[in-house]
Amino acid sequence: MKHRRYELLPVALLCVLALVASACGKKATTSTGATPTGTASGGGSGAMPGVVGAIIKVGDLHSLSGTMAISEVAVKNAELLAIDEVNAAGGVLGKQLQVVTQDGASDWPTFAEKAKQLITVDKVATVFGGWTSASRKAMLPVFEQYKGLLWYPVQYEGLESSPDIYYTGATTNQQIIPGLEYLKAQGKTKLFLLGSDYVFPRTANKEIKAYAAANGMTIVDEQYTPLGSTEFGTLVNKIAADKPDAVFNTLNGDSNVAFFKQLKGAGITPQQMPVLSVSIAEQEVAGIGIQNIVGQLTAWNYYQTTNTPENAKFVAAYKAKYGANQTVDDPMEAGYTAVHLWAMAANKAQSTDVAAVRAAAAGLTFAAPEGTVTIDGPTQHLYKTARIGVIGADGLITEVSSSPQPIKPDPYLKSYTWWKG
Amino acid sequence: MKMPGASGGARNPWYGRIGFALVALGFLVLAPATLSDFGLNLFTKYLCYAIIAVGIGLAWGQGGMLSLGQGVFFGLGGYAMGMYLKLQAAGPGKVPDFMSWSGVEKLPLLWKPFQYAWIALPAVVVVPMAVAAGLGAMVFRRRVRGAYFAILTQALAAAFVILLIGEQGYTGGTNGLTNFSQAFGLDLADPTNQRMFYFITAGVLGAMFLLARQLMASRYGRLLVAVRDGEERVRFLGYNPTVIKVIAFSISAGMAGLAGALFVPVVGIISPALLGIVPSIEMVILVALGGRSSLVGPVIGALAVNYAKTSLSNRFPSGWLYLEGLLFVVVIGFAPMGLAGLVGYGRSALDRLRGSPGASPADEAKRLEDEVVPA
Repeated sequence: MKHRRYELLPVALLCVLALVASACGKKATTSTGATPTGTASGGGSGAMPGVVGAIIKVGDLHSLSGTMAISEVAVKNAELLAIDEVNAAGGVLGKQLQVVTQDGASDWPTFAEKAKQLITVDKVATVFGGWTSASRKAMLPVFEQYKGLLWYPVQYEGLESSPDIYYTGATTNQQIIPGLEYLKAQGKTKLFLLGSDYVFPRTANKEIKAYAAANGMTIVDEQYTPLGSTEFGTLVNKIAADKPDAVFNTLNGDSNVAFFKQLKGAGITPQQMPVLSVSIAEQEVAGIGIQNIVGQLTAWNYYQTTNTPENAKFVAAYKAKYGANQTVDDPMEAGYTAVHLWAMAANKAQSTDVAAVRAAAAGLTFAAPEGTVTIDGPTQHLYKTARIGVIGADGLITEVSSSPQPIKPDPYLKSYTWWKG
Repeated sequence: MKMPGASGGARNPWYGRIGFALVALGFLVLAPATLSDFGLNLFTKYLCYAIIAVGIGLAWGQGGMLSLGQGVFFGLGGYAMGMYLKLQAAGPGKVPDFMSWSGVEKLPLLWKPFQYAWIALPAVVVVPMAVAAGLGAMVFRRRVRGAYFAILTQALAAAFVILLIGEQGYTGGTNGLTNFSQAFGLDLADPTNQRMFYFITAGVLGAMFLLARQLMASRYGRLLVAVRDGEERVRFLGYNPTVIKVIAFSISAGMAGLAGALFVPVVGIISPALLGIVPSIEMVILVALGGRSSLVGPVIGALAVNYAKTSLSNRFPSGWLYLEGLLFVVVIGFAPMGLAGLVGYGRSALDRLRGSPGASPADEAKRLEDEVVPA
């Protein structure tokens, strides 16, 4: 029976290993270039968040594990590319940016905890992160309470504005309403609303119904499926029976794969009844299967094919860093833009202090891959061009219609008379 | 099967008392003095899990009832507290923010009682206990146990999460309840208040631990262990095993509910992601890893696993889940008695070195062997 004693050895070893690893982890972030002389001569710059000697620490908080990892890792990569570019161009306040990466693990409470850690322990200057609305809602009180600064790169349902968050993705009036206007212009006035059951589709559909009522459009049905649901047989039958002119799709994630497969299986073509999606970008098209979704519509602010010189540079730089077969999409571009905007604002303010950055950021413009974007001071959203696209046989999306100029962000839909909150 | 009870055999009772006092001193003086504000906040979260673990230790370790749905009770407590805080944040006569996003303009009937602290605060314990008692009374009377009981509780966790997500207008859906800036008029971002929550949580953990220990030392505790090891025999002796099991199950649910209520102001969010099947199984893993045969084991497990989780995810943001999985496999595979078992093993090894007749290696091996057999 003596061997039992040795069997316990791996357990003890592993525990020791975990302890050592965690101890190393803490040191690794603080020991690099922590020269006190640099801050002392800087005349009060020691009080600026994130500044450690010749380095400025910034946080990156996306899901690197769990269901959202597939989308969020790509955004993280685009943000890291932008940070490389900022560093190559001389950094911020003449200091190089150093990224502290944390995993939100597709779990909203983890996002809140890691955000708190980035602000209070790592003392980063700003954080780039989040994807789902749930993760943003979980982080919002943390950034407000601890006076941090978050750059959130994904289109969302609107009805939110926080002094501690910059929204570089579209709000509803820059994506969903242009999508509806496009359908209306095409004479598609009978809509079927289909979404995953969480806050973004629910809120978006509430807004769509208000728009439809004011614009002579009819909503034939409104259906929700649980996140991750793959059973669409009944729903596809319902869509076929209801005969809407178009389907407005706010499904998220894996559900899209099953939905488009079963829709194609039922013989419904994009020519008879187009599906306009607001959560399917180039990254998702490959997962759904190009043959299942070719010809369908999307609404975004940016596509890999968007024709600007800045975009050609962005796509080339991304492929050079991460591989020639990579695709880029709207949230990645918004994350990339967020990094550049923050760097410009901090350089303009000559400080990483949140209030100073906020003051400098209002009205700032940047030649982004999607075209020129401008920060709207009061709402902290961007002026963005809306683009309706059609999915091509090569898996890329081609623009079929766009707004004549960047649309002013209106997260609370105050400028729309049909919206009563 | 001889699993050591909570009293730890015939050792001098003062050992335990002095040990408890030392640990309490460490928790109440050492931890607040040495940890940063953020570190203490994390530690408070670990203590919440430790409270759940004490409950699972009682129901599973001592009572043999493996509940894979402890997240439901944790959630009931957490949501009861969250609803109260959310209504406080909304102000009188207003609905919480998420309701208006979902088109719910009037406060639902279910929410109305939670405007009052005197209903919400007792509810965090009473509701989970009542649900557990109701469920327990139904299934234990029908002699549902073992794997069937585990599956049933797991199904309960799945159903609870589907309900919470489906009724977004009434529950906050996937987002859960978040954005509480204050609780009971206290600013939650203020480190002093967080320190107070730490002391409350540590105090509750101590009280729950003593309650469980007291229960196990009592006549009831011996009956509970007897039911675990031979339910039919206890029945033939004239006791009603259903009542005995319902009490332990319901107390463990109450502890989970209490932990949920403390969790909300500390972490600032309660969401379905915290109480589904996976988190419920994680709660059981805490206990399995710490060692379910003692009452100290679950506490050690909860603290160790959560600490490992935090430190591994900080060090290896993209690969930490693999390491955590490895940790589980190695501990369960090589030390089925859990971390507390290692301590016990070390103690008996020490006794042997001293030539004490207390526990022979053969006894110890037999005990480990027994432990592998699931209750």
